[in-house]
Amino acid sequence: MIHLIIHLAVLLILPPLLLGVIVKTKAWFAGRVGAPLLQPYYDIFKLMRRSLVLSTTTTWIFRAAPLVTVSTALLAGLLIPIGGGGAPLTFAGDLIFFAYLFGLARFFTASAALDTGSAFEGMGAAREVTFACLSEPALFFALLVLAKVSGSLSLTGMLLGTTGAGAAHATAPLVLISIGLFIVLLAETCRIPVDDPTTHLELTMIHEAMVLDHSGPLFGLILYGAAVKLLVLGTVLLRVVAPFTFGRAWLDWPLYLVEILGLAAVIGVVESIMARLQMRHVPYLLVGALLFCGFGFILLIR
Amino acid sequence: MTNLLQTILVLVLVLNLFALGTSRILSLIRTVALQGALLGLLPLLLHGQHSLATVLTVGPTLALKGLAIPYMMVRAMRDVKIKREVEPLVGFQPSVILGALATVFALLFAGQLPLAAAHVDTLIVPTAIATVLTGFILLTTRFKALTQVVGYLVLENGIFIFGMLLVEAMPLVVELGVLLDLFVAIFVICIIVNQINRAFSSLDTRHLVSLKE
Repeated sequence: MIHLIIHLAVLLILPPLLLGVIVKTKAWFAGRVGAPLLQPYYDIFKLMRRSLVLSTTTTWIFRAAPLVTVSTALLAGLLIPIGGGGAPLTFAGDLIFFAYLFGLARFFTASAALDTGSAFEGMGAAREVTFACLSEPALFFALLVLAKVSGSLSLTGMLLGTTGAGAAHATAPLVLISIGLFIVLLAETCRIPVDDPTTHLELTMIHEAMVLDHSGPLFGLILYGAAVKLLVLGTVLLRVVAPFTFGRAWLDWPLYLVEILGLAAVIGVVESIMARLQMRHVPYLLVGALLFCGFGFILLIR
Repeated sequence: MTNLLQTILVLVLVLNLFALGTSRILSLIRTVALQGALLGLLPLLLHGQHSLATVLTVGPTLALKGLAIPYMMVRAMRDVKIKREVEPLVGFQPSVILGALATVFALLFAGQLPLAAAHVDTLIVPTAIATVLTGFILLTTRFKALTQVVGYLVLENGIFIFGMLLVEAMPLVVELGVLLDLFVAIFVICIIVNQINRAFSSLDTRHLVSLKE
């Protein structure tokens, strides 16, 4: 019971802090003081208080999309084990559900972008969907490897079961899918080598292009949903890279917090030392992720 | 211990592909330096008990492969003022695909070899073959002298991984002798690179065919 409460609290409260850590790391690299760590919370609260401006050409899809984004991300967060214990929601085959929750969110975001009737947002939607074609198979291959290594078909079993089976033959595939998953994480959460979350330069945006027309509370929800997505995918990656637990809840939760904040700092470092890829080079990166994950799978079943 | 070993070997495979895909010579040199440094750690992980021989190989290997050789090559690169490999025989994307094919081939081929029972499960032999093949691809498809040197280094890294299987049997002197040879070879090549640049005002090794007695 207590575990469930902490799980929910972490899932609901922590995500914007990750964005804050990333921004702070980037500021530190650039020699600036940077925005306070809690700035994303202030931003979201500020957006929530604002009034809503809706374009007259839009329909209910435009209003539903941010809600779907946030709710699918939170639902996905209920399927994965955070900290040492299991997930609140678990059933055999929930890995497919997990992957397609993100698919559903993407479908609604892209539809909402098309709903505005703006050519520019349509372009953003086209880019997002194109890149998703490449990152989704990579995610699936990674999940397949995890399922094969742990012999379980539920995310809890998969993500908690990799430690025991840490035989020599499973290490190489796990390293490969960690690299693949990290690239997928960067692509899905619109981080720098793929997309730049801070830019508003029209031709280089992917995700930002799609949500340009959203304002006020709707935009706040989108921001929050993106942060939750970062937390969820980051947690999955962490369980693959560092599958350690102490077996005691009071040690596992602090360990998890340190790990996830460390991951956010690593993302900040990656954003600081890398330039954004040219749009036409992004597919190469994603095909690379796909190759890593697929190759890990081949290595495992050989 | 085995887990760490496998991790390093997978990273070496990934670095192979990265070396094939990058056009900037500086990042190519850095990649190979990192690969060499990772390989320098292998003797410590490969054998349970650390004999004096293994420990003594680690230091020189790390220093030479990870620092000295890359430093000389970066110096040579600065001297001749080139930054990129332009117009390779095979493009960068196709050579990554070639490298991936070579890796798959190495995995399949190593599965057929009659290896000692201790080495069957590890990736040592496939990684060694894949790295050697990557070195070949770099050597044959790039024209700049510096990139070819890097290809040679990658090739040597592959052979080094093979040598790891024998580190107990092979005398320390042989291992260090190989390293010394390598160092001297790179030293000489870096001078030659300068000479080629002075003679032809370009690093393209295709010009060398026009040399006459």
